[in-house]
Amino acid sequence: MKEDSNKSDTNGFTRRKFLRGAGITTAGSVLLNTGLLAADFHSAPETGIYMGPDAVTVQMQINGQMEHLTIEPRTTLATALRDHAGLTGTKVVCDRGSCSACTVWIDGKPVNSCMTLAIDVGGREVTTIEGLAPGGNLHPVQEAFIEHDASQCGYCTPGMIMTCAHLLKENPNPTLEDVKIATRGNLCRCGTYPHVFKATLAAADKMK
Amino acid sequence: MDTRKEKFPYGIPDHNLTEIEREIPADEPPAWPVNDQLQEVGKRRIRVDARAKVTGEAKYTSDIRLPGMLYAKILTAKVPHASIRNINTQEAEKLPGVHAVHILRNEDNSYPDVKYVGQPVAAVAADSLDIARQATRMIQVDYLEKPFVIDVEQAMKPEAPLVFDAPIARQADGGDVGVVHDGSKGQGNLRGPSTSSFFGGPRGDLEAGFSQADVIVEQTYRTQVQTHVPLETHGVVIDWKPEGMTVYASTQSTKDVRDELADYFDLPKSRVRVICEFMGGGFGAKHSTSPYGPVAAILSQKTGRPVWLMLERKEEHLMAGNRPNSIHYLKIGAKKDGMLTAIQQRSHGTAGVALGAGVGRVAQILYECPNFATEQYDVLTFAGPGAAWRAPGNVQGAFGVEQAIDELAEKLNLNPLAYRDKIDQSEVRKVLRQRGAKQFDWSRWKPAGSSTGTIRKGLGVAQSTWPRFVDLDSTVEVKIYRDGAVEVRSGVQDIGTGTKTIMAQIVAEEFGLKTADVIVRIGDTIFPDAPGSGGSKVTGSITPPTRNAAYKAKMELFKQIAQQWQTDATKLVASNGMILHKDDASKKVSLKEALQRMRTGQITASASRSDDYGGFAQPWGLAHGHLGSVQFAEVTVNTDTGMVKVDRIVAAHSCGRPINLTQIESQINGGVIQGVSYALYEDRVMDEATGHMMNPDVDRYQIAYSMEIPAIEPIIVEEYPALSSTDAYGIGEPANIATAAAVANAVYNAIGMRMYEIPITPARILKALNHLDQ
Repeated sequence: MKEDSNKSDTNGFTRRKFLRGAGITTAGSVLLNTGLLAADFHSAPETGIYMGPDAVTVQMQINGQMEHLTIEPRTTLATALRDHAGLTGTKVVCDRGSCSACTVWIDGKPVNSCMTLAIDVGGREVTTIEGLAPGGNLHPVQEAFIEHDASQCGYCTPGMIMTCAHLLKENPNPTLEDVKIATRGNLCRCGTYPHVFKATLAAADKMK
Repeated sequence: MDTRKEKFPYGIPDHNLTEIEREIPADEPPAWPVNDQLQEVGKRRIRVDARAKVTGEAKYTSDIRLPGMLYAKILTAKVPHASIRNINTQEAEKLPGVHAVHILRNEDNSYPDVKYVGQPVAAVAADSLDIARQATRMIQVDYLEKPFVIDVEQAMKPEAPLVFDAPIARQADGGDVGVVHDGSKGQGNLRGPSTSSFFGGPRGDLEAGFSQADVIVEQTYRTQVQTHVPLETHGVVIDWKPEGMTVYASTQSTKDVRDELADYFDLPKSRVRVICEFMGGGFGAKHSTSPYGPVAAILSQKTGRPVWLMLERKEEHLMAGNRPNSIHYLKIGAKKDGMLTAIQQRSHGTAGVALGAGVGRVAQILYECPNFATEQYDVLTFAGPGAAWRAPGNVQGAFGVEQAIDELAEKLNLNPLAYRDKIDQSEVRKVLRQRGAKQFDWSRWKPAGSSTGTIRKGLGVAQSTWPRFVDLDSTVEVKIYRDGAVEVRSGVQDIGTGTKTIMAQIVAEEFGLKTADVIVRIGDTIFPDAPGSGGSKVTGSITPPTRNAAYKAKMELFKQIAQQWQTDATKLVASNGMILHKDDASKKVSLKEALQRMRTGQITASASRSDDYGGFAQPWGLAHGHLGSVQFAEVTVNTDTGMVKVDRIVAAHSCGRPINLTQIESQINGGVIQGVSYALYEDRVMDEATGHMMNPDVDRYQIAYSMEIPAIEPIIVEEYPALSSTDAYGIGEPANIATAAAVANAVYNAIGMRMYEIPITPARILKALNHLDQ
């Protein structure tokens, strides 16, 4: 592999360099705000191990299961989930950390999986939309999304739900403004926001 | 054809509801009463596919993973105008993991000329998307660069570089629908004009009309290029086997994609199967898979493996469609009493390398006016092709017309809402205005300039119209099974509007079931043909045959039960999971048991869209009447920063008989939000020096996110035109037309300066407030 092979031909910055600066980027906000929670992840040990360019096998705890994935080191977490672990519920929309469609939780915190290298996850626990309803028991936010018609095309829905469910973990009594702030990085092109707000507030009520 | 007479509810409840007798085909069901007497139709029902969407189980095209599947990536042109001297793919082909490289060529094997940045040049299929991306970067393209032009006004000049030096085929879904020019008229990059539509051509005498006018408004309104940004990009997964091609497509029309690929590869249509179970947004741009669909098919043919090809976000902005911009000149005359005497319209817009930038329909049909003429020009530029975008042409048109009407009202010293009451002949819009004004409290409206200080508030209103389009090639099959299942099937796709759910509601209503009891299988061309999701025509086209097929299947079942009960099938009714005898309470059986007693394992009935009761306005499927919308906007303008915030929108709409109130509200919310986003934020920024789009993402291309969402209050007015067995129509496009104009009128009301161009950015507000235009 050539040295510049990770260079994005679309964005003018290299994904790797960007990640070096920002650490694992947090979701739930637009690009400018990424890195807010990154400090939490800086305690990760420096391994000093070179990997690649050939595929390597990594272990990853996904939705409570230990998965062994054979991936190239440049593989993002989003790609690892979608193309290697068969978990296509997580969506890739902008592929540059500005729409939050790919939001998953790492150790319970929302991150943009398109801006996170899979090999950087290490021993942390990944939760995707598929892991939010263990045994088919829907999370109250999922139930409320159904009840209040909070998806039209549904493509933003997994990311939106991961954001809203995280909000309710952190803040069980959100106001409308709190929900708006929490979802301010989640793009919905169909314009379903009013029902997302309604559903999240209803789920908060139900969880009390 | 056997017919019978049937009485239907007719008109608007709580306004002018009455009954009308129609002659209808004998095999169609009896008239439904108004919604409050129905069980499933007209109610709030959960989407039948909601669970799949909230759990991540829903498989969109981009989620399809087939055994042996390869990932493809397109290489796009990096220059706006060039001929290609050579393409070297050797290095790319050698990259481990690459399985095939395809170069796009003309029929004579030459390289196509490049006409815009983002035009597909070649494509690679590889083991992973990362490898395919890497390989495309290793392809060397030797361009002979040529002069180009991006700006519309520059492109119109005689000395401007020509995009095409010959007539070009019209892109079918580019813009305003109707009778349009084919690109052969005009000179240089200026093509047209289009002077008529299916609502009739020019009428009366403009000059005479303006000479009768006491007041005249003459202005030019400008709108920007808006890109669609569906969250799921355009794309396909194609598996081309010797026995035929299976295509998973993110499309608004399974049928059109099947026909397109069958034509392209000269295959029988039966050998191309197109599947679209879940679709991540289209908004008008996803009727075709050209040019990437054929590329994926060729890569699949070359490798003998399924090929996944979804556009990347940047490519989506560049090549997959956009709403053309407009420079929209309007001159409208009125008498002292307000009656319109003449409307003259002239528009120029660019759909890049395609045609379809017309904006004339709103001016032509929204208000009655004896004298009207229009000239709509397409300007070709070296940019990606336009495509239909939720009410193509009408959003741009309404932005001009509905501001001009406000300007006339001001000249006539009339309240803008009262002025519309005076000149608008539409009965349904009258009701929408009344109910909307009450909800909004329009009585708060004061003339522009009444709000003072740094933070100023403004109120505005705008309205629109949308035709009732019907596609007669709409067929639905209903199957009932001995094991109790009731199923509805059609090729029609659900693009997030809720088509699956309304079909289930209708079948449930007919069989006395719950919506959730009905199995819906759609989005597959192995099922009967049905229309593409465009023109807001799916609901009006597909719901009558859905009901009619369900009715036929039910009557077959009733015949068998009636035979057992020694009565007539017409005496039976289905209600609450039971089949009952109308006159004999002792005779009843559960639907489930009745199905178990069927003589055959299943009964299948199908129905196609019949003509409207009483006929069409035009026989190809233009129905009588229209879909009305009136939207009220409340805005806040900060005169220090120039920031505009839309605080509240009341959106009053009609769509015939509403089927699912919640889903309709979702669509109205979406139309309004897209309208707010269009009015204030979105703008495709092109670098005129390089021909590149400067913001091909979702952060620099600004779209309304959660913090920009106003309070939205939808009002749905039931209207029964008695035209079909359901009387239902779509809402997708009407919801989006009036918003930008309503916001612009509210901004004027707040600051006393009219915004003739969108997006209404802080810079434009400050420029207007400081009178920097002069």
